[in-house]
Amino acid sequence: MNLPTSSRDDARRSLWAAVLVGIGVMAGVDEIVFHQLLQWHHFFDRATPTIGIISDGVLHAVELLAIVIGVFLLIDLSQRKRLAISWAWAGFFCGMGGFQLFDGIVNHKLLRLHQIRYEVEPFIYDLSWNFAALVLLLVGGWLYRRAKRMGRG
Amino acid sequence: MSVQAHDSHGLIEWLPLVLVTLLTLTYLAAAYAQRTTAAGWSLWRCGFLVLGSVLLAVAVLPSMMTWAHHDLRGHMVAHLLIGMLAPMVWVLAAPVTLLLRALPQAGGRRVAALLQSRPIRFVSHPVSALSLNIGGMYVLYLTPLYAASLDNQALHYWLHLHFLVAGYLFCWAILAEPDASPHRLSLRFRLGILFIAIAAHSLLGKLMYGYLWPRDTGNGVEEIRFAAQLMYYGGDLAELLLAVVLLSLWLRKPIDRREALLSSATPT
Repeated sequence: MNLPTSSRDDARRSLWAAVLVGIGVMAGVDEIVFHQLLQWHHFFDRATPTIGIISDGVLHAVELLAIVIGVFLLIDLSQRKRLAISWAWAGFFCGMGGFQLFDGIVNHKLLRLHQIRYEVEPFIYDLSWNFAALVLLLVGGWLYRRAKRMGRG
Repeated sequence: MSVQAHDSHGLIEWLPLVLVTLLTLTYLAAAYAQRTTAAGWSLWRCGFLVLGSVLLAVAVLPSMMTWAHHDLRGHMVAHLLIGMLAPMVWVLAAPVTLLLRALPQAGGRRVAALLQSRPIRFVSHPVSALSLNIGGMYVLYLTPLYAASLDNQALHYWLHLHFLVAGYLFCWAILAEPDASPHRLSLRFRLGILFIAIAAHSLLGKLMYGYLWPRDTGNGVEEIRFAAQLMYYGGDLAELLLAVVLLSLWLRKPIDRREALLSSATPT
């Protein structure tokens, strides 16, 4: 019997499964809200270099499978009665915020795959995009600390 | 394009539908015969077979084929039904398992040997099924092949048969269950292949949308763009369904017999 290790194991598994769901959900929200509903950036971006199209295909596959695999991992954990719910919530928010920040910094600014919006000064959009990411990450961090405290208690 | 020739529905136009009906009736008869055996045969599987057959029958209706023939959008809808949705539902009906059970012992053994034969093992491997399926689509839409298929009836039929067979092999290879499969590959490997398929499929949709493939077919820009989006979102839906089915089959297993999905350490 090695209880401390196994409960730490459950916490780790619950956290990472939920991180996957968070990444997938945020990428899905990005695609549905900004690509399809607002149509700020488009299905196919003429300005985008070819590498952008390829990475788009890969990103798309990541997003779809991340949600499905993450959700099924959580169901699996809960069927084993090993789902640590507070850790899962922390992971979900960290995943959402982490992806949003990655998208905002790496995809938009460093790789310049696409911008949030065209024909306007993007600064204010970038600022709010990354600010939203930070808020999500802060919530995730707070939930993480709370889960840790509860684990000790 | 000879639209008139296709509007006069000859007997040959009904042939695919007749074949689908015959296959369905054969399956149902075999399933009915299994009812009296100890193992029986699940009604669910019969339901899956009928659903797959209905999806396929819709796609091969003469009027649907005519639409698919001179409109790229119709072609994409047919392709989605024939190449992705119908095959996936058919695999869930476990036709090979039923065949093995229904045949007399000698015949069953011969089919089992055939399943383990080199050519079948080769084409039913996820990697070759992926190449046949998605690779075939790249060849079809990014070369003059699609334009050629519009004028050549035999090529046109061959193409749809390829969609069905390649799609079936792919779904069979990825799911590896509940039907008898020649391979025992890990869930993680099959998920990896599915990942490549999703990426390659959405990439092809974007390429077609952006660079207006297939070319030299007389399709308008709007038509190609609509078809490319159908392929992108429809293919998405189909692959998402395949992933959900694959993991549902995994979740149906008893907890202690579930293969670890991500980390190598199995939680006990």
